[in-house]
Amino acid sequence: MSHAPGAAVIAALVAGLTLGLAAMVAAGAGSLWPLPADWAALRFTVWQAALSAAFSCLLAVPVARALARRRFAGRGALIALMGAPFLLPVIVAVLGLLAVFGRSGVVSDALALAGLPPLSIYGLHGVVLAHVFLNLPLVTRMLLMGWEAIPAERFRLAQSLAMPEGAMFRHLEGPMLRAVLPGAAVVVFTLCLGSFAVALTLGGGPGATTVELAIYQALRFDYAPARAAALALIQFALGAGAVALGWAVLRQAGFGAGLGRRLAVPAPRGWRLGADALALVLAGGFLLVPLGAVGLRGLAGLGDLPAGMWAALGRSVAVALTSTAVTMGAALVLALAVARGARGWRFIDAVATLPLAVSGLVLGTGLFLTVKPWVRPEALALPVTVMVNALLSLPYAYRLLLPEARALHADYDRLAQSLSLRGMARLRWLVVPRLARPIGFGAGVAAALSMGDLGVITLFAGESGATLPLYVQRLMGAYRMEAAAGAALVLVATSFALFALFDGIGRRAAP
Amino acid sequence: MLHLDHVVMTEPGFRLTADFTVGAGARVAIIGPSGAGKSTLLNAIAGFLRPAAGHIRWGGRDLAPLGPGARPVTILFQDQNLFPHLTVAQNVALGLSPDLRPTKADLAAVERALERTGLAGLGARRPAELSGGQAGRAALARALLRARPLLLLDEPFAALGPALKQDMLALVAEVAGETGATVLMVTHDPKDAQGFAGQTVLVADGIAHPPRDTTTLFADPPQALRDYLG
Amino acid sequence: MKASILALGFATVASMAAAETPVLTVLTYDSFVAEWGPGPAVEKAFEAKCACDLKFVAAGDGAALLARVQMEGAQSDADVVLGLDTSLTAAATATGLFAPHGQTWANTLPVPYSDPDFVPYDWGWFAMVYDKTKIATVPKNFEELAASDLKIVIQDPRSSTPGLGLLLWVKAAYGDKAKDIWAALADNIVTVTPGWSEAYGLFTEGEADMVLSYTTSPAYHLIAEQDDTKAAALFDEGHYMQVEVAGKLAATDQPALADQFLAFIGSDAFQSTIATTNWMYPAVTPAAGLPEGFDRFRPAKSLLMGADEAAAVRDAALAEWQAALAK
Repeated sequence: MSHAPGAAVIAALVAGLTLGLAAMVAAGAGSLWPLPADWAALRFTVWQAALSAAFSCLLAVPVARALARRRFAGRGALIALMGAPFLLPVIVAVLGLLAVFGRSGVVSDALALAGLPPLSIYGLHGVVLAHVFLNLPLVTRMLLMGWEAIPAERFRLAQSLAMPEGAMFRHLEGPMLRAVLPGAAVVVFTLCLGSFAVALTLGGGPGATTVELAIYQALRFDYAPARAAALALIQFALGAGAVALGWAVLRQAGFGAGLGRRLAVPAPRGWRLGADALALVLAGGFLLVPLGAVGLRGLAGLGDLPAGMWAALGRSVAVALTSTAVTMGAALVLALAVARGARGWRFIDAVATLPLAVSGLVLGTGLFLTVKPWVRPEALALPVTVMVNALLSLPYAYRLLLPEARALHADYDRLAQSLSLRGMARLRWLVVPRLARPIGFGAGVAAALSMGDLGVITLFAGESGATLPLYVQRLMGAYRMEAAAGAALVLVATSFALFALFDGIGRRAAP
Repeated sequence: MLHLDHVVMTEPGFRLTADFTVGAGARVAIIGPSGAGKSTLLNAIAGFLRPAAGHIRWGGRDLAPLGPGARPVTILFQDQNLFPHLTVAQNVALGLSPDLRPTKADLAAVERALERTGLAGLGARRPAELSGGQAGRAALARALLRARPLLLLDEPFAALGPALKQDMLALVAEVAGETGATVLMVTHDPKDAQGFAGQTVLVADGIAHPPRDTTTLFADPPQALRDYLG
Repeated sequence: MKASILALGFATVASMAAAETPVLTVLTYDSFVAEWGPGPAVEKAFEAKCACDLKFVAAGDGAALLARVQMEGAQSDADVVLGLDTSLTAAATATGLFAPHGQTWANTLPVPYSDPDFVPYDWGWFAMVYDKTKIATVPKNFEELAASDLKIVIQDPRSSTPGLGLLLWVKAAYGDKAKDIWAALADNIVTVTPGWSEAYGLFTEGEADMVLSYTTSPAYHLIAEQDDTKAAALFDEGHYMQVEVAGKLAATDQPALADQFLAFIGSDAFQSTIATTNWMYPAVTPAAGLPEGFDRFRPAKSLLMGADEAAAVRDAALAEWQAALAK
């Protein structure tokens, strides 16, 4: 078993930051048993997150399958655009959804024409709808990569054996789904665990309180760190439990190296073509119409943008690029170490997923309390934001890299070793080219996540250090809804451009 | 001289012992039933597997502390001998410059090796654009440049037709002749052993038997070989 | 030994810094320091007369300010905290981190207001804001609102100061009947948002007929957007007030400058910037009067609980609110 000192150091750092900072919040105040209202919040949190994860995963299967086996004009653009909802600031996404599903949205208007009462989006179904809107594209992308990773030879073998579609699904697509879906479900579940603006705004009232809102209340409104710590621990246990569960059912699909990635999935005609078209049209409409509404609202506000927005945009891009570099470096080192089964790889694997379980709010507060005795927090606003964003996007990047890192190890490690391909040369001539696709996609996701994040900067930002999401929030807080919509459009466009840039580089560089 | 000194390889439900020497410059076939441990033996010599006991020596030097790349060994696997994202020339150049920073002289040597193996003009292609025989030649061109004293072949030509395989074996013989390499070749086919290798190691029933003269061995095969040949 | 040399070094650097322009650090909320907020003008005006460097540090929204002060405790670099409101001052005083302000300037609030630790810098009346072109019959109190089928958006009292203000408003106006009002309002409430901006955003998107905001909100639309369609519903049971205050931290290292700043808050230079940057009433009516639109919606009756009273009823009122709406 080989050693991986770099990976061990990074893993220790990640574990220290996540657990240490949570402990920092808990320290000094002991712990406190949660109130009855907190148990209600807990039930609601788990229930909405589970429903959101289930629907996101279930609906993503037909969509990803249709995308995997059909070629049509605009397919690339559709795949790219589908990444956009994931990148939207939450409140902007909510307003986009409301333009379609709200009381005065297009669906309600259509219902009114038919003499029917308006649609009510507020309630558990609205929360789940919004979470599916935000996460369906992510799951679809993960599944699409899974489909593309099934070697074409397997499908040809299945076709040559005249395997009926059901059997093909059981033997080829089923195992891939079993490998990919649990991870995807865990990601969506944990993302939704941390939701509070969506849950509260669309939930329709205090019945839709999540644990994250209770943490926010305890930390920012009541300043009861003991209560916040107790809640954060519950939240952490939930997330860690989900991660562990996902891990237990996670199966490694054993596909060898395929030759190239041309259209591999058989594309049956007949009613299945119709079903695929329907899946694509429905998903496309569901995702793109609210996005269009966001775009329209934003265009109107573009003329009204204050000058300070550009500085905020610059800061956001700088933060995103830096934290992406940190994330991808760390994720690559960890994934490679785990792929080759280095000493302690199980520990490293668990730690790389750990940040999923921890709330950004708790991380930020822990960091604030840690640095406060030594430096002025606002002097560290941007470095801290970079660090926390890097930490929070690490699990995504890592999970995207790991399967391909494992395939790389299985297929080419012996050859590389026998040729003494080591160190930087191995990175440059083997790892980066072979992993270009997940590296590009992972970097895109990390950059976009970092662009849209708001959790930490609010604690640290001083007079000037505002990032673009914070700036959007400040505009909204000053009645300037149009300008905020314009700035949000700039934010989305930039996130999307960064995402498309990295993803495109990865796809082009991939062999 | 390759010396397998009381080597024991173990895996769950599997055990293989080997205790013999192979003279420098010899060409040895390794034959035996599937699952007997032929590839295990090569992987141990190449450094991918660690013996549970015993020593593997080359020219009196214990190979145990050396990693696969540092051993005096070139190995050709059953497949995936070439990186699909690198050009043929880059794949071959790895034989001289593992960090892929070939000098002008290296590049000239790559060109010569490609010519020598019948791949002149194909250096800019990717492996996916080569036929099976051409891919084998590219791997041999790299072996030629590496010029390690031990050449291990783990059935790299198993998928090729008989005529093509004979061509490749002839090329291996040339390469080995030029570099003075000792060749160990795993094969299923008694004809390969008879046509190519002066000596043959029989791997069966958990033992890699010491090499014997191929002609004598096949003239009067022991029971294990007779079972295998059917 | 090493440690003391190091400490000496730091002390030298610190005193060198202090020998230059003194810095007054004011901890405030985000929107105060925004380029369109009062911050830039206030900073310029104060620096012109104090020979100091005024630095604003933003700490999220108003609700987060007190949490920040408590989190930092006595080690805070801040000298003045600006942006707490009267629903929080009792808790703020209880931390013992604030010092008496000693200011004598008089404010022009519609109700008497004075606090030994805090000076008011602006104030407003909470109100339900609506679109005149869309609503024909405007309710005159919460009971009429509850009886109507108007849809409203409000803020969560657990995460926003307007939300907390509404909670106290209903309590101040209806006392023990407050829980019945909330139960009757439940079917009018489209949703509860975490903060003011989400609620106002939903309102402008047409998701609700009314939103909890301020009587001065229509003035923003009138002045900044030349849009005269928004109005505030005047309720006959009175309107609860939000009074925003500033206070001096006891641990300040610039007590004189901090006092000078608190005095500056009462001056016309500060007060005249407030109306059209913070969209609230200045604590002292400026010499030039108020901008157009600020006189349009003036409730006949103002409601405001004392700091201690507000703190005392808060938890029970919150429980009532949650019980009534959690169905």
